[in-house]
Amino acid sequence: MSLKKITSHKMFLPVFCMILVLCANMIYDASQGSDFYEFFKVGITNGYLSGRLVNILNRGSETAILAVGMTLVVSASAGTDISVGSVMALCASVCCVILAGPAAPQATELAAPLIVGVLGGIAIGALCGAFNGALVAYLNIQPMVATLILWTAARATGLLVCNNLIVYVRNDTFGILGGFIGMFPTPILVAAIVIAAVALLLKLSAMGLYVQSVGINKKASRIAGLNSKRIIFLCYLLCGVCAAIAGVVASSRITSADSNNIGLNYELDAILAVALGGNSLGGGRFNLAGSIIGAYTIQAITTTMYNMKISTAVTPVFKAIVVIVIVAIQAPPVKAWFKKLSARNASASAKGVANA
Amino acid sequence: MKKLLAMALALAMTLSLAACGGGGGGAASSGGGAASSGAASSGAASSGAASSGAASSGAASTGGSSASSGDLIHVGFAQVGHESDWRTASTKSAQEVFSAENGYELSFVDADNDSAKQLEAVRNFIQQGMDYIIIDPIVETGWDAVLTECEEAGIPVIVIDRTITDSDKYDAWVGSDFKVEGLACGEWLKAYAAAKGITEINALVIEGSTGAGATIGRTDGFKEIADREGWTILDSQTGDFTEAGGQEVMESYCQSYKGQFNVVICQNDNEAKGAMTAMDTAGVSYGVDGDVIIVSFDANKPYVQMVCDGKLNANFECNPLAAPTVDEIIKTLESGGTPETEIYVTESWFAAEDNVPSITVNGQEQPVVHVTQDVVDARPY
Repeated sequence: MSLKKITSHKMFLPVFCMILVLCANMIYDASQGSDFYEFFKVGITNGYLSGRLVNILNRGSETAILAVGMTLVVSASAGTDISVGSVMALCASVCCVILAGPAAPQATELAAPLIVGVLGGIAIGALCGAFNGALVAYLNIQPMVATLILWTAARATGLLVCNNLIVYVRNDTFGILGGFIGMFPTPILVAAIVIAAVALLLKLSAMGLYVQSVGINKKASRIAGLNSKRIIFLCYLLCGVCAAIAGVVASSRITSADSNNIGLNYELDAILAVALGGNSLGGGRFNLAGSIIGAYTIQAITTTMYNMKISTAVTPVFKAIVVIVIVAIQAPPVKAWFKKLSARNASASAKGVANA
Repeated sequence: MKKLLAMALALAMTLSLAACGGGGGGAASSGGGAASSGAASSGAASSGAASSGAASSGAASTGGSSASSGDLIHVGFAQVGHESDWRTASTKSAQEVFSAENGYELSFVDADNDSAKQLEAVRNFIQQGMDYIIIDPIVETGWDAVLTECEEAGIPVIVIDRTITDSDKYDAWVGSDFKVEGLACGEWLKAYAAAKGITEINALVIEGSTGAGATIGRTDGFKEIADREGWTILDSQTGDFTEAGGQEVMESYCQSYKGQFNVVICQNDNEAKGAMTAMDTAGVSYGVDGDVIIVSFDANKPYVQMVCDGKLNANFECNPLAAPTVDEIIKTLESGGTPETEIYVTESWFAAEDNVPSITVNGQEQPVVHVTQDVVDARPY
């Protein structure tokens, strides 16, 4: 039964939900009298890749990068890192302040090489991740409480770094990270590199296995010879680095550091992406590809709202309904019900065959 | 060893946290005339003492200096926070106008967008026996009790910028009429289209944050003219007053309405910049010689410069400088007069070309400023 094999695959539901969202656009476009594949058209406009699918991949990059780190954190510590949005803002601020140099808050020339600013931002992200990791892994503080500290503090520190102003770095070199390399949107490439790097790390170093085993049973893993604390610490560290990369990309898009708004509520999207990817927020086994699909699904919903010209006042309601449906489809009782239904159908058809 | 490292890390971060608490916690500083440079205004907010006791230390310094300069008028100003360039300009304006040279002693409290802190600040002002209290209310409601206390203490209250809806126990309100800004935008577009020979208007609107006063007023004002003139508003989505929001919405517009629109209305400057980036990417030309007319609201200095450079066709000011008007109100009250209860600050309309010299808004003729480099250089914010 190949169909059963497909439906029981761990990637089936996340991909199914994604396709469901995309199909809604197909029906809408057809009902509007345009081609049913209007939403899926990818073309080159003004020398740049364009189209709704490109937009989803491009605008969803930050959430996808965050989802990578968040998946590991959820898996290893059975808790969420709610500071990622604020850390994004802090890292973006640090990066822009380094790049703007003394010309802040209005710079047009880079005061330092681009790489210095980017690495500076990432270093701060790593520091934040290490702080969260130290609290969770070594001081045994509950993840949500531990990361709550930076949730409030990181954004405020970002504002402090920027002297309460928006720091502009109106420079094309800086703009590349959030813009285009050739005809390709750079954020897509950045997300792809982050995903590939983490996937390779997990595969090649058995880290993925360690993270899962720590998430399933911390004590047993320790007795089996794993350094559970260090693994949890590393997951938070990686999550901080991911947040920093996402923050730098977000600030490069607008060639400025808007500490009040960069990454605002992104932690919720990242957690939702992990959940939509079919991961249990209780830790343990994880599905990185699922989380990434989940992240792009969230962006697909937003882009769908734009495509359907839904009034902005009601957009959150629609989003909520879609999310409820997606989460409900993946809920264990619903899954069990579907299984029972298909089993009954199977037995009914088997009976039918026997009768004939 | 590792535990030690973890502790050290935690300690380091906590310390930096405490430092930021100093900046985040609204610091009170008695304004004086000293803090008049832009850097100083935000510097004062971040370097001041952190605790809520700061308000009372401000009181002490006020009390001390009042002995030496008895004829100064004491003014308490409870500001919203420091969230934008616009707000910084508002604070700076107050600190410049209510200076010792102008005969004022200003007690300034930055409430950091915390309405409880703002209420406490006003109560402190009452205890300190201020002559006048200026409030830029963070929230519209919950003011009746404290305003009654002000009334009982005989202290006139002047509300600026945002409004108070559940009490009328204040003497005057000074602020912007967002609807007039929207109307002015519509009237200018009508005159501009006529001058350019454009007969059909297909507009896209990038709104501000849903529910914000500025969003509602600007949307209503522009829509009123659009309905009257029979223009098509193709779509109206929120960009949340941010550059990233403007960029994302415009990117989507460029795909949905490719080649169908000739006007883009951005409800603040940041959104306009984002929209420009998106149109650059999509290969849509805009501005003075472009296919698309783009207008913005707020008119901060860098964006008036963009009007001068011809990147924006027009920009409609939202004036943060309420302090000079408040100064006039206080002078009226001092001389025993009664000020008007609702006063709108004067706002200017900036255009990149000189083909529309003036527009008529609500039956009033208002000039449209043709932006030159001199106009930009003369802008205070």
